[in-house]
Amino acid sequence: MLTVKMVVTGPFNAGKTEFIQTVSEIDVVSTERKISSEAERVKETTTVAMDFGRITVDEELVLYLFGTPGQKRFDFMWEILSEGMLGFIVMVDSTAPETFREARNILEAFRTFSPTPYVVAASKQDKEGAWDLEDIRIALRLDDEDKLLPCVAVDKEAVKNVLLELLDSILKELG
Amino acid sequence: MALQGNLRDFTVTQLLNLINLANKTGSLLIQGPNAGARAIFREGKLAFAQLANENGSLPAVLHLADKITDAQLRTLEQRAAGMSDKELGLLLINAGYVSQEDILESLRSYFTDIIQQLFTWVEGRFKFQDDQDIPEGRIPVRIALEDMIMQGSRQMREFEQLQYEVPNLDMSLAFTDRPGVNLKKVNLNVEEWRVVSYINPKNSIRDIAKTTQMNDLEIRRIVYGLLQAGLVKLVRPHGAPTQLEGLQTAFPGVEREEQKGLVNRLIERIRSI
Ligand SMILES: Nc1nc2c(ncn2[C@@H]2O[C@H](COP(=O)(O)OP(=O)(O)OP(=O)(O)O)[C@@H](O)[C@H]2O)c(=O)[nH]1
Ligand SMILES: [Mg+2]
Repeated sequence: MLTVKMVVTGPFNAGKTEFIQTVSEIDVVSTERKISSEAERVKETTTVAMDFGRITVDEELVLYLFGTPGQKRFDFMWEILSEGMLGFIVMVDSTAPETFREARNILEAFRTFSPTPYVVAASKQDKEGAWDLEDIRIALRLDDEDKLLPCVAVDKEAVKNVLLELLDSILKELG
Repeated sequence: MALQGNLRDFTVTQLLNLINLANKTGSLLIQGPNAGARAIFREGKLAFAQLANENGSLPAVLHLADKITDAQLRTLEQRAAGMSDKELGLLLINAGYVSQEDILESLRSYFTDIIQQLFTWVEGRFKFQDDQDIPEGRIPVRIALEDMIMQGSRQMREFEQLQYEVPNLDMSLAFTDRPGVNLKKVNLNVEEWRVVSYINPKNSIRDIAKTTQMNDLEIRRIVYGLLQAGLVKLVRPHGAPTQLEGLQTAFPGVEREEQKGLVNRLIERIRSI
């Protein structure tokens, strides 16, 4: 059996766990912990170590989705998680401009670890105060050819679209 | 959509970068702890700026620029109180007090100073509203933002912040060639020109620093300014592995045609979810 993996990364609270949960056929293996630091207590739990989702194609092919922890103190995990990946998704919370710089740096770091195709997903586009895609594109210093996709991490069709766009880039790269 | 937030999270430099590169038209309101300001942009160029605690009327601006005397200022303040800047400007030009260029030059320098002050604000809230034009009767100017952004970024002193902005010195630089932007027209200083002259995908930022004998702080500051002004972009260093090479590690020992077949099966599967 062949297993391939994709990585879902991005700053704290971007929606990575939610994204994987939306399409995974197994419950995302929980490495969630209650948030202890006051500053980050915008939600109840955060991912430590990693998220892990699975999509089985058939007996011979399985796709694993790995979600990285968002908190900076876990960035030592990135390089290990990126090893041998097919491609990656950088999620950015469209309502949190304070995380854009970090998203940019995470993107750069992953491109360096393992230069595979990637897409950027702007999550929480359904929320009030979400930035427009064109503005996010500039703030993240994306190139014209970089794919930046609107996303609502709980919406299955939106999540599928992000994955399909990434696979499409991968297919193009293979020629 | 209203663009709003906190300057601690999204700086004035980043805001001007965004307004410039997205050719935005609208008004930027900034409320700092002790002062407020607003700036109006037309298609990514500064058209007008005002501090909340200064009236910034044309006579005051001309006086500040030494284009009119104390006595003239007093006369104008008494006699022309009800006039708009546009009306007054026309009157002054016709009366031979000042030239049109005097007026525009004084306004440009006044507005530029206001923006330079904004760069020093690190606390405060901002809000950008689309399609807001300059107040009735005021005189618009048209100032490209590149020079202002370069000037603002020269004041960056915190190494930590610069390191965060330009983390990887192994990246290379390339020119962005945006329409309407001519690098020769931007006011760069000698150090900046030296860096610009070595920009080439073959040279990493680290190489350029070495050649120009700049330390980490200096090179990062210059690269940061050029990036924010939209004059250059970061590119993969020459000879870095390509995406195709990266992909091969995901499918060890699988032929290219078969790889494509696998990706197609993944696509089919995800479509069916
Ligand atoms: N409205 C809306 N809420 C979202 C969206 N994506 C995520 N959320 C919510 O945002 C919060 C954070 O989502 P998570 O999936 O935990 O984010 P994460 O990136 O895994 O966070 P860390 O693991 O802590 O870095 C949760 O409350 C989600 O339900 C979205 O697209 N729209
Ligand atoms: Mg998570």
